[in-house]
Amino acid sequence: MGKAKKDIDDRFKKFGTVGFTATTKVNDFVTHLEEGKVTGTRCKNCGKSYFPPRADCSRCLNSEMEWFPVEGNGKLVTFSRLSFGPAGFKEDIPYTIAVVDYGDYKVFGRIADGIDEGELSVGMEMTTRANRLPNGQLNYVFEKA
Amino acid sequence: MKKAAIIGVGQSTFVRSYPGSIRELAFEGFKEAMKDAGLTSDQIDASVVCSAPEYDKQRSPAGVFAEYLGLNPGPTFYVETLCSSSSTGLRLAYSLVASGLHETVAVIGFQKMSEISSAESQERMGRGADIQWESPFGTMMPAYYAMYARGHMEAYGTSLEDLAAIRVKAATYGQLNDRAVYRKPVTADMFNDPENMMSNPVASPLRVGDCCANADGSSCIIVASAEKAKAVCDKPVWILGLGAASAPVNLAGRDVFNGLDVARRAADQAYRMAGVGPKDIDVAEVHDCFTIAEMMAYEDLGFAERGQGKELIRAKATYQDGEIPVNIDGGLLSKGHPIGATGGSQIRTIVLQLRGEAGQIQVKNPRIGLVHNIGGVGLYGNVTILGI
Ligand SMILES: [Zn+2]
Repeated sequence: MGKAKKDIDDRFKKFGTVGFTATTKVNDFVTHLEEGKVTGTRCKNCGKSYFPPRADCSRCLNSEMEWFPVEGNGKLVTFSRLSFGPAGFKEDIPYTIAVVDYGDYKVFGRIADGIDEGELSVGMEMTTRANRLPNGQLNYVFEKA
Repeated sequence: MKKAAIIGVGQSTFVRSYPGSIRELAFEGFKEAMKDAGLTSDQIDASVVCSAPEYDKQRSPAGVFAEYLGLNPGPTFYVETLCSSSSTGLRLAYSLVASGLHETVAVIGFQKMSEISSAESQERMGRGADIQWESPFGTMMPAYYAMYARGHMEAYGTSLEDLAAIRVKAATYGQLNDRAVYRKPVTADMFNDPENMMSNPVASPLRVGDCCANADGSSCIIVASAEKAKAVCDKPVWILGLGAASAPVNLAGRDVFNGLDVARRAADQAYRMAGVGPKDIDVAEVHDCFTIAEMMAYEDLGFAERGQGKELIRAKATYQDGEIPVNIDGGLLSKGHPIGATGGSQIRTIVLQLRGEAGQIQVKNPRIGLVHNIGGVGLYGNVTILGI
């Protein structure tokens, strides 16, 4: 077997119904999801907030970042309900993807299951919460505020 | 000012499933362009091969094509910007020629999407987005453009009927295009008939009829220096303006959801370089992978004010005899969308129009044409202005 396999921090593979990325410097994001928190990163040098979280600030080229919680209300910018899904997502159909604007940053994600498309309208207030998927994976979803 | 011209254009027939290998597919577009230019392979100094690599089983297709097309020992290389790969190829060919590095360059676009299953293909299209942060949610191209459709409808009151009207226009001309995949008529009523496939939901608010189909195809554009073009070509079509831009891949990084920032920026650059404006464009090809994409292009290119794109289609101003004919070869909605070949096919249509060789779809005495070719969901934008 591959040497030092256990030393590889591949927590990120737990993110999403199907994950396409295993290793990233922002693996703590997944641990935060496990703890019920959705988090972004903020540059310790220039203060720029990033969501999705990043390990590096492209504005000032600093790599010292701190975590901040995505909390409170954002506004629903746009959304779409999928009647077809890519390979690996058929079980989830139908589901709704959306963008929510928090002012300093926006969040791309899914609307919580059980919210009908008819209940959604652009501009409405939404919250973001960590979510465990039926297959044991983790993601985050938007709910009506 | 005039540094490079297009002296030959070609494309294969676009089909659902091409019964041959990728080198044979590439040969079809290449052969037509070379015959059109009246050149033989030894007169091509360099080649640029354009596709989206996730559909290819062949690693590094440029090398394989160079041999099959008789382009050895000239240099060849590969470029990709998803669906706008061959417009990017044209931009590179222009640079190679304008710099004096090469005299005659072939831009070869191709895609054989049928090498993989439709589900696999959809998964790969989803991976044209951000695989770390978006794809884990189960994203697909139609859903991304659907989010722009929602944004446009919300901001400007654009209706589903307006979007359907764009498909009806595409089909009007698709029926005339023997290179197109989809050649049947489409009516607005089909979108209201639950029994009709066109009305089936894909990603709300978009329906099957709002989406183009995958296809296999190839295209080829021969670019030459001004000197060479004047020497070998009766009707050179000049590359007057080029614009290109990129945007954040993750939609969370975007500010506007009713138009494409990359298209607006690329158009500004291309208009400035060409010294013309939207009113000067006589005929255009825009990237209508989805009906909403054409609607946004009307506005992003300045053919209509922001929010007024719907008035253009309602007035049929983008039909053949309208004020600004758009996609009167049927567009991607009719032709199909073989990713890497698409831009070359759009360029070919405009070149034929400017030469007066567009047959049934010829517009009256066009002098300046425009090609708008988008990669991903507004990830890459390319606008090219051509003239005679
Ligand atoms: Zn910074």
